Amino acid sequence: MNEKNIAVKVEGLTRTFGDFTAVEGISFSVSRGEIYGFLGPNGAGKSTTIKMLCGLLQPTDGDGTVGGLDIVRESEKIKKTIGYMSQKFSLYDDLSVEENITFFSGMYGVTGKTRKERKEWVLEMAGLRDRRTVITKTLPGGIKQRLALGCALLHEPPVLFLDEPTSGVDPVSRRNFWSLIYEMAKGGATVFVTTHYMDEAEYCDRLALIYRGKIIAEGTPTELKVQYMRRSVLEIETDRTFEALEVLGRSGIETALFGSLLHAVVDDIKTATPEIERELGKAGIKVIRVDKIMPSLEDVFVTLIESA
Amino acid sequence: MKISRIKAIAKKELIQIRRDPLSLAMAFLMPVMLLFIFGYAITLDVNNLETVVCDLDRSTLSRELVAEFGESEYFTIIDHVYSQGEIDGYLDRGEALVAITIPRDFSEDIKKGRPAELQVIVDGSDSNSATIALGYISGVTGLFSKRIAVRQRPPLIDTRMRVWFNEELESRNYIIPGLIAVIMSVIAALLTSLTVAREWERGTMEQLISTPVKTPEFILGKLIPYFLIGFIDMLVSVLLAVFLFGVPMKGSLFLLAGLSSLFLFGGLSLGMLISIVAKSQLVASQIAMVATFLPAFLLSGFMYAIPNMPRPLQIITYAIPARYFVSMLKDIFLKGNPLHMLLFETALLGIFGLVVFGIANKKFKKRIE
Repeated sequence: MNEKNIAVKVEGLTRTFGDFTAVEGISFSVSRGEIYGFLGPNGAGKSTTIKMLCGLLQPTDGDGTVGGLDIVRESEKIKKTIGYMSQKFSLYDDLSVEENITFFSGMYGVTGKTRKERKEWVLEMAGLRDRRTVITKTLPGGIKQRLALGCALLHEPPVLFLDEPTSGVDPVSRRNFWSLIYEMAKGGATVFVTTHYMDEAEYCDRLALIYRGKIIAEGTPTELKVQYMRRSVLEIETDRTFEALEVLGRSGIETALFGSLLHAVVDDIKTATPEIERELGKAGIKVIRVDKIMPSLEDVFVTLIESA
Repeated sequence: MKISRIKAIAKKELIQIRRDPLSLAMAFLMPVMLLFIFGYAITLDVNNLETVVCDLDRSTLSRELVAEFGESEYFTIIDHVYSQGEIDGYLDRGEALVAITIPRDFSEDIKKGRPAELQVIVDGSDSNSATIALGYISGVTGLFSKRIAVRQRPPLIDTRMRVWFNEELESRNYIIPGLIAVIMSVIAALLTSLTVAREWERGTMEQLISTPVKTPEFILGKLIPYFLIGFIDMLVSVLLAVFLFGVPMKGSLFLLAGLSSLFLFGGLSLGMLISIVAKSQLVASQIAMVATFLPAFLLSGFMYAIPNMPRPLQIITYAIPARYFVSMLKDIFLKGNPLHMLLFETALLGIFGLVVFGIANKKFKKRIE
């Protein structure tokens, strides 16, 4: 990768809180214009990483750059070139929509004619054109998130850090939110986004799977599925899902619940399929179908965590 | 530093204060309330001391002396008793604070030119009132003996006393200016003690520190709205002092405004520093209260004269801004002193403000730790 095309680069980044290591020696790099996802369960170290990149948290060890600027020594310069949206809604609840936008314009040094244009842009983007005087507290969660994103974009930052931007937001709003993220990336911005939603991870150009402070896999969603899933995934439909899960678990087949279906991870389909049918048959459970499917990221994740 | 950023922060803070009835009440009602409560409660004048008299002499002279006590506004004679044993009961029950016993040979001694004795018992549980009562008693007896002495021979020294700067010796006149200084110390620190901690508690700080805003911009922007409020509080207090409490205002109002601004800068910066360090509104407001009220009340020279304090305490008072403000306000109100006579106080108040503002800037970190 050409150095000039790198937006974020991190080497051996580590952060400890007392005895607890939140992030342990992670390394990765993000190219300009890329949507880079950080996928992992709560407490895996996603927020800690994003805060170190934004200059909000001092790394214990390792180093990194954002837009070519050092995250330890030049954190204040970094703050001029990034937009950050924290996991928790952190605009002013007691200010109106417009007052929040005006305030953050001031903080980012957006003034004059640009400020007016950007304000209208945010209002439009958040769908708040005719609710500009409404107190922010009274807005629904999804709209609040859009407003927060808008405020982080007022100064048109080339790099955007979004920390779980869609947590606690309804599915429709989540979808809308992601189309906004796509637009940002199309406009040339680099988007670094954390999430614990597996379906959202599919939208990213590249992904890092983070677990207990370490990156356990990295690549495009397809690469991850192909590379890390040498084993196959079978989707099993039965008349009694929970009992089937128990039966297969007892017979040593790696099985997980997926809605009303079961996913079994196996080495060889040819031998595994009859075995599954036999085991379930013995327990008197009716097998409706067993199909080989393309593994989802969740399958990848579950497999990686089990081998980790 | 960008003025536009300072303005944006000041404006946002003002909007938030305006929308929060609780902080509005604290900002504007608290100083007035404190001034009312303390202004009426604290008075060092001791009037109408309940007094019981035991006149064993029962002569013209002794009656004259008793009348002298009774006529002064400082003593109210509640009863006459005829044996010393009866006095104890009055003092024990707290019905009387002063007991005066005139011995049997009181007038006899005076007539023969011997020093006459007068026995006075004062309830010392309230030592302050007791001390003042003793002063009054020796005043009354002094005048009395002088008058009698004149009858017998002309006095050697005729002292004529005059009090300057507070001619009526109204304690209210010097209490109120000092009280304003004490109240403003507390109010200034309390006003700003919540402001930074609130941002940490509500989670809004995280967004704010991710922006390129600079620390001095942030702190100055936050100081401005509270400075305006503090200035209005000061103005209201001075108006109340003059028009409600009748304290004379002999000095320049412009000087008062200027020096009050200097004091507010230090006081507000102190509250800001506390808020930055505490990161919790509850803790910050309690620290602000304790850190300002006690020193301002006890060590500023408001209640107790600084020269009477033990040396180590005297040194500590130099670090208490209220010390300078108390004497400034007294001097401006009662003496009408101009600036060049207040240079020492002004300089130290300025240094205090700059130092605290500097520490606040240093302590504020645009990081989560």
